[in-house]
Amino acid sequence: MMDGRDFMKGNEALAIGALKAGLNAYFAYPITPSSEVPETLAREFKSPEYPEFRMFLQAASELEAISMVIGAASTGAKVMTATSGPGFSLKQEGMSYAAAMELPFLVADVNRAGPGLGNLGPEQSDYLQATRGGGHGGYRNIVLAPNSVQEMAAFPGLGFSLAFKYRNPVVILADAFLGQLKEDIVFPKIAPERFPTPWAASGARGAERHVLASLHLDFEDQSRHAEHLARKYEEVESAEQRSDSYMASDADVVLVAYGVVARLCRRAVKELRERRVRAGLFRPVTLSPFPSNDLKALVDKGVKKFVVVELNAGQMILDVRLALEGRGQIESVHKMGGLLPAASDVVRRVEALSK
Amino acid sequence: MTVVQGAPAAEYEVKLGRLSTLTGRPTHYCAGCEHGILTRLVANAIEELGLRERTVLVDSVGCSVFAHDYINTDAVQAPHGRAPAVMSGIKRVRPDLMVFAVQGDGDAVSIGLLELLYAANRAEPITIFLVNNAIYGMTGGQMAPTTPEGMVTTTTPQGRDVAETGRPLDATKLLAGLDGPSYVKRVVLPIAPMGSTDLYSARGPLEGAKSVLNAFKVQMRGGFSFVEFVSTCSINWKMSVLESKRFATETLAKLFPPGLYKDKLGVEKG
Ligand SMILES: Cc1ncc(C[n+]2csc(CCOP(=O)(O)OP(=O)(O)O)c2C)c(N)n1
Ligand code: SF4
Ligand SMILES: [Mg+2]
Repeated sequence: MMDGRDFMKGNEALAIGALKAGLNAYFAYPITPSSEVPETLAREFKSPEYPEFRMFLQAASELEAISMVIGAASTGAKVMTATSGPGFSLKQEGMSYAAAMELPFLVADVNRAGPGLGNLGPEQSDYLQATRGGGHGGYRNIVLAPNSVQEMAAFPGLGFSLAFKYRNPVVILADAFLGQLKEDIVFPKIAPERFPTPWAASGARGAERHVLASLHLDFEDQSRHAEHLARKYEEVESAEQRSDSYMASDADVVLVAYGVVARLCRRAVKELRERRVRAGLFRPVTLSPFPSNDLKALVDKGVKKFVVVELNAGQMILDVRLALEGRGQIESVHKMGGLLPAASDVVRRVEALSK
Repeated sequence: MTVVQGAPAAEYEVKLGRLSTLTGRPTHYCAGCEHGILTRLVANAIEELGLRERTVLVDSVGCSVFAHDYINTDAVQAPHGRAPAVMSGIKRVRPDLMVFAVQGDGDAVSIGLLELLYAANRAEPITIFLVNNAIYGMTGGQMAPTTPEGMVTTTTPQGRDVAETGRPLDATKLLAGLDGPSYVKRVVLPIAPMGSTDLYSARGPLEGAKSVLNAFKVQMRGGFSFVEFVSTCSINWKMSVLESKRFATETLAKLFPPGLYKDKLGVEKG
């Protein structure tokens, strides 16, 4: 693999992107449509190009995989796992513990359709599970939503920065379409970031030892810990909101979409502009924290209508409502089951709304 | 009154006094509980091997969840049953560390059986001490996978019916049947009342001490080591400490016979 231009699938880009960000270890259980992630990493394991990639291991289940991730991350290593819905559910156990123990690592969820087994097509139905902290107890993940193969390659680096800065799991929420999509990309030539890990459990130093535990039987103790986490999430909320917009500042109606849906909405915006509808696009890049400030700024600029387009029955729209605090009209366009809405569908809906 | 008697193993030196591998915190374990004895044996062995600063303890979920309150090394808490996976994760990126866990029978043989079997089968160089007290101690005495037939627990008020719930699972035999592990041993840990005398045999703890040390040595030589300790839980068995010692050393020891089930590296021979 050379630096420079590459042509590959989103899942492959995620794997190579993680390696270029200095990935030390990968533990996972295979599941479609994420399997190219472990397959790519298995191929690159022990390659002289990635000397820091010390461990690739296929686990016996996602429960085992995420616990291996916990173990490796406890030593301060850069660790990743990837999965899709059914496996993401099993990983919630470990992610709750990791949030409590403040462990940094990456979990990629290549979202497939449906509850249960569903199917292998794209959906965005894990939105609430990912953004709310899908396991028990109150905690938050940081959630990044790539919308191109280029971003699939870049977000592991960003993800590690955020994970280590805040000592928190980071989810890269992609979907089956992005995972399988092939595009031209360029890997930036940057050295992997190094993060200090004075908290890591990797051997006591004299009297100083490191205990990573999530049990605080004393109520005052647990309360202090919960407040500490809550303050951390607030800090993330105020410092890490990221979004992108396209022709939104003078728009009458703004489409709100992330991931692959944002791309077809961009096409819809172009078409709408050609038809003299002043449309724009707002794309959350971080789903958690949700980029409420930037979205609110659009209302301040005079945008009155928002159309939330997503591949679920209406999950992100809840965050849009929270962000807009009752201002502006909010409509939903959705598609499920592995199907994508056509840009023309979106155009038709927006036109109907702007009449 | 009570006299503790038993022939000390010649190769084993009991370190007296305060160990730097112990925090010195007062224990929450019930009087007579083998979790407490094992804590001391583990600390003693880590000290003897001079490994305190290279050791990571993985807490399991059960009465040993607070093991890090007593054992003064680095520690990571695992979700219920997942200690062997957490240990594998640590060891896979830091093979220079010594990694061990104390697991209960519910933790290791019920909810965490997959993690235990797979870590053993992969021959992870880690060490697992299983405290088999035939019951869920921490949660107040429910049936465990190891509960003997007929034993009354809070979830088997009429006694365990093996036709309904299956026979007690023998983790030591399961692991010994795999190719991966290097060292598999079962020790009946409690001090044993000697007949109707007021004498007690300390053979269990002494054998335990030797086994803990050997288990760590096996890990240092790259092998997977597992020692099951047949133990008591007088409080949940609803017995006096004395009755519980008798039950463990006489009845449980028949269901879970002590012995060296596997020693690929020959550490017991020295
Ligand atoms: C996922 C999950 N399920 C159930 C529990 C409750 N729980 C805590 S400890 C335990 C069993 C402990 O028994 P054992 O492993 O035998 O340990 P002991 O206390 O007897 O040493 C259970 C069921 C839990 N903490 N997490
Ligand atoms: S409840 Fe049972 S296992 Fe737990 S400390 Fe007490 S005697 Fe030991
Ligand atoms: Mg038990």
